[in-house]
Amino acid sequence: MGKVLMKGNEAIAQAAISAGCEGFFGYPITPQNEVPEYMSKYLAKSGGVFVQAESEIAAINMVYGAAAAGARVMTSSSSPGIALKQEGISYCAGAQLPIVIVSVSRGGPGLGSILPSQGDYNQATRGGGNGDYRVIVLAPNGVQEATDMVRHAFRLADTYRIPVMVMADGIIGQMMEPVEIDTTPIPKAANLWAATGKGNRDHLNVVNSMHLDSVELEDHNILLNNKYLEIVKNEVEYEKFLSDDADVLIVAYGTPSRIVKSAIKTLREEGIKAGLFRPKTLVPYPYDALHEASKNVKFVLCAELSMGQMLVDVKLAVNGIVPVHFYGRTGGIIFEPSEIVNAVKSHLGGK
Amino acid sequence: MKSIKLVCAGFGGQGVLSMGQMVALMAMKKGFNTSWMPSYGPEMRGGTANCQVVIDDAEIASPIIAEGITLLLAMNQMALTKFQPKLEKGAWLIVNEALVNTDEVPSDVHVLKVDFNKIASEIGNPKVQNMAALGSIAAQLDIFDKQDGIEIIEEKFGMKNPELTKLNQKAFEVAYDHH
Repeated sequence: MGKVLMKGNEAIAQAAISAGCEGFFGYPITPQNEVPEYMSKYLAKSGGVFVQAESEIAAINMVYGAAAAGARVMTSSSSPGIALKQEGISYCAGAQLPIVIVSVSRGGPGLGSILPSQGDYNQATRGGGNGDYRVIVLAPNGVQEATDMVRHAFRLADTYRIPVMVMADGIIGQMMEPVEIDTTPIPKAANLWAATGKGNRDHLNVVNSMHLDSVELEDHNILLNNKYLEIVKNEVEYEKFLSDDADVLIVAYGTPSRIVKSAIKTLREEGIKAGLFRPKTLVPYPYDALHEASKNVKFVLCAELSMGQMLVDVKLAVNGIVPVHFYGRTGGIIFEPSEIVNAVKSHLGGK
Repeated sequence: MKSIKLVCAGFGGQGVLSMGQMVALMAMKKGFNTSWMPSYGPEMRGGTANCQVVIDDAEIASPIIAEGITLLLAMNQMALTKFQPKLEKGAWLIVNEALVNTDEVPSDVHVLKVDFNKIASEIGNPKVQNMAALGSIAAQLDIFDKQDGIEIIEEKFGMKNPELTKLNQKAFEVAYDHH
C-alpha cells in the first residue's frame, strides 16, 4: 500500500473497515458526513453492516446492542450529535462494552457552527453521561494519525472493554493529506462475555449496567476505576517538540498543535527558545510527563480553539510550579502562528 | 525548500477545488508533504469556493494558510479581493484575465494574467478552464514539469472519459506554455 491522497473523514472510515469494523451506526451531521457516506458505500462490501439510524440516540443504542452481541462496532458524529449520545456512552461504559466513537468537533454551544473548534474538550474528557465512568480519548493532529488512532481505538476498546473516542476536529475531517492506511486486520479479543446465545455454556451471559445492590455496585465502580488506573499506567501518549531546552512550553493538541509548531519555529528564529508539548491521549492525560516538561521553563502557554478547557488539565499537571497562561480563539476562527508568537512575547515582557 | 502556500479561489463550478486536489496529488507523487483544505459550509453557496494547498519537504506545520500566500489563483474578482491582503511580498498571482481586474494589486506582487475562458472556448469546452489554470500553476512552481500535469490528468480522467482527457491535457499545455 502506497500513500494515497484522502479526505480525513474518508480515511477514518477506511481505517475502521481495514481494522475489522463489523458494524457502523450513525446519523448525518456536518462536518463528519463523509464518514457514514463512505461506510454506507464500502462497509457492506467487506461483510459489515451499515445502518443510518433515525437519530443519534438510536445510533448509540444500536452500537450498545451490537457490541453486547459481540460485534466490533463504531459510530461517528459531531458536537451536538455527540451530546445526544452521552446517555448511551454512559450505558456502554457501565456495561463495559468495547466501542469506538469518532467525534469530529465543530463550533458550539447549541447548534453553534459547522467550522472547526475544540470546545468539546470537556464533553469528550469529562463526558455528559451519568455515573462514575471514563472513556479513553485520543486526539490526532492530522489525517495519518487519525487513521492510526482509529486502529488503536479498536485495540484499546478490545483490551479494556471500554468506549474509546477519537476526537478529531473539522479540519481533520475536511482536509486531504497523503495517508498510508495500515490494512492489517486487528485480531478480535475473545469476547467470552458477549450475549451470543447460551449454546453449550453453563451460564447466561448478561450485558447490563444496572446493579441495584449497593455492595455490588460499589464493587463494579471499583472495578471500572481499577481498569482506568491500569489505562493510566499503560496508555498515556504524548509528543514533545523542541521542549528539552525550552524556556517557554506551549501545550496544544489536535491540528492547532501544528500551527503552534510553526509558531515555535518562528520564535526560535528570533532567539526565543519555545517548545511544544502535545497530549495524544486526552484521557488518560499525560499529567506526569507535562509536569516534568514544565520544570525548567519560565511559563507554560496553553493554546486551544476554545475559551480554555484543556487549560484545567494543564494547570493540574503543572501544579503551580510555573505560571500557566492561555491563548484561545473560537467560533471557527483558527489562530495564526503570529498570534501565538505575540502571545508568547507578551508574557515574556520587555525582552 | 520554502514552503509553497497556494490558494485557489473562484466561483463554485469553476473547478477550483478539484484542481487544487490535483496539485496536491502531483506534489504527493513527487514525494513532498502536502495538504489540501477546502472551504466548506455556507460560504460555498453562491460566493467563492476556495481551497488551500500547502507543499513542503518538511512536515507541514499548518494546513490552514492564515498568512503569507506564496501563490494565488484568482478565477474571479471576489477571489482576488478576499485573498489579496494575505499575499506575501514577492508572491505570484495568477488571474483569470477574462474576469479579474488587477489595477489595485500592490507592485510587490508578480502578476500573471491568463484568459482561461478564452483558452477553454478555443478548445471548445468550458469545462477545461480549471485544467488550463493547473497548467499555469504547474508552470509557476519549480517542483513540477509539464509531464507531471499530463500524467495526472491522464490518471484522473483517462479511464472515465478519454475524449475529455485529451481536451484537458491540451488546455493544460496551452496555459503551461503561455509565458
